[in-house]
Amino acid sequence: MKAIEASNLRKAYPGGVCALDGLSLAVEAGTIFGLLGPNGAGKSTTVKILTTLSRPDSGEARVAGLDVVRDAQRVRRALGVVGQKHGLDPESTGRENLEMQAEIYGLSGSARRERVEQLLERFGLAEAAGRIARTYSGGMQRRLDLALGLVHRPKVLFLDEPTTGLDPEARAELWREIERLAGEEEMTILLTTHYLEEADRLAARLAIVDRGRVVAEGTPDELKSELRGDTVQVELLESANGDAGFALSQVSGLSELTLDGRLIRAQVDNGAAAIPSLITALERGGLRVASATVARPSLDDVYLRHAGRSFQQADTNTKEVAA
Amino acid sequence: MTALRHTWQVALRYIRALLRQPAWVGISLTQPVIWLLLFGALFKRTADIPGFSGGSYIEFLTPGVVVMLAMSSAWIGMAFIEDINRGTMDRLLVSPIWRGALNLGSVAQSVLSLVIQSLIVIGLSLALGARFSGIEGVAVLIAVAGLLGAVFASLSNGIAVLARQRETLIGIVTMATLPLTFLSTALMQESLLPDWIRWVAKFNPVNWAAEAGRSAAGPDTDWGLIATRAGLLTLLLLASAAFATRAFNAYQRSA
Repeated sequence: MKAIEASNLRKAYPGGVCALDGLSLAVEAGTIFGLLGPNGAGKSTTVKILTTLSRPDSGEARVAGLDVVRDAQRVRRALGVVGQKHGLDPESTGRENLEMQAEIYGLSGSARRERVEQLLERFGLAEAAGRIARTYSGGMQRRLDLALGLVHRPKVLFLDEPTTGLDPEARAELWREIERLAGEEEMTILLTTHYLEEADRLAARLAIVDRGRVVAEGTPDELKSELRGDTVQVELLESANGDAGFALSQVSGLSELTLDGRLIRAQVDNGAAAIPSLITALERGGLRVASATVARPSLDDVYLRHAGRSFQQADTNTKEVAA
Repeated sequence: MTALRHTWQVALRYIRALLRQPAWVGISLTQPVIWLLLFGALFKRTADIPGFSGGSYIEFLTPGVVVMLAMSSAWIGMAFIEDINRGTMDRLLVSPIWRGALNLGSVAQSVLSLVIQSLIVIGLSLALGARFSGIEGVAVLIAVAGLLGAVFASLSNGIAVLARQRETLIGIVTMATLPLTFLSTALMQESLLPDWIRWVAKFNPVNWAAEAGRSAAGPDTDWGLIATRAGLLTLLLLASAAFATRAFNAYQRSA
């Protein structure tokens, strides 16, 4: 079953800026889906449309089986959102923030009390619950944001660049929490991110967005294996002599072979499978191996291939345009 | 029921924020108190002008100052702009909250603080020797001021959502409030106004509130006049509340 479906979404902002240019995607229920792309690629606009905050100029989208334009009010009950900016009210305490959110979703009395205390406990905010949210650290505010998005136990959760601005420790903690939500609570999560490693680590499937469209979609591994293959690197104990060339010619499937002193580098379809035969061949040729590593292509390589420019480059360009 | 509960939740949030800064009472009262004391002293002799009917100028001025207090509700939209910039508004807009509650909750808070401030101003003018028609009269004065305050708060919220810029709201409020005050009987009796101002004032909601409030608090209460003015203000409130609520549609279209 698809928890999120979008087909051919188009959206232009006043002034003719085209934010979405026929974006389509589908997210299987209970999975984490990553939308990856540089600033201005259309990720946030997609989230805004899917969460009923904005309306598409054309195209259709369904969340939890409901049309986001025609059934907006029911869609709102089914989804939770943690936006790019803080949604919390800094002048209220953590508890008051959660209580108001609970009331909006129809939880009151003892049901509200229980749910609020449960969330405060779970997100490590119980001690700070009576403090004004303005005084919270960045990580605590982010956890409160997440708790606010979860008050009504949504089926589908949208996280728009949830870890932007967090320190590495807080980011790792949030990653674990996100994995737990998808795992134990069987939530469908759509995550937009700017960080390649985040998409790689969290998303079961991901779509690369560039200039308002999806340019590639698949599991992180599928996307990476579209590239030529892995890079295998072997370091020898001693500098190789002519024997190395002969030894390596015994191994099939190697391409773009380079020999540089003690270092041998080659491209191969499946690095993990090639390593044992590579080492055997070298040892047979009297060359002793010090180390061997396999490097999978990174999502940055994938991005480069599909968007025709490197991630950093695209990011810098959009920033310049925006500035 | 849901509408009421949501409105209460929004109001509660703003009221709590207000209570956490008790200094607001003092700060927001500086202006009306200065009006009362300064204008009271400056125009004291107005009461001696032939054609000025009734008691002292302070008695005349107090309903005017209460109405001017109501106009300061026009600043309430600043809180919306902050909510928008922060992301709090977006969080509320993706929730199933009743859209009307966002404006009405904020209006409720502004009316509540207006009532408290009005009571303080009226208390001060009693201390200065002014006398009013009675409790009901003062209650009606505060009620019409509340209606006017709610109109201004709704317009302010609607403009805030559409403009999303502090500067725009500040510009509009500053440009609108001063002429609205002086093109009314807030500070001067109608019979002493120039003809053209008297004519313009007929269409000025600030004047409707000033006339109705003064009539209620003064010695010769004209209930017919109060009813028509309050009726007009109520219609205006319905229109401005609808405007503020609908502003969110425009906001979502351009989001």
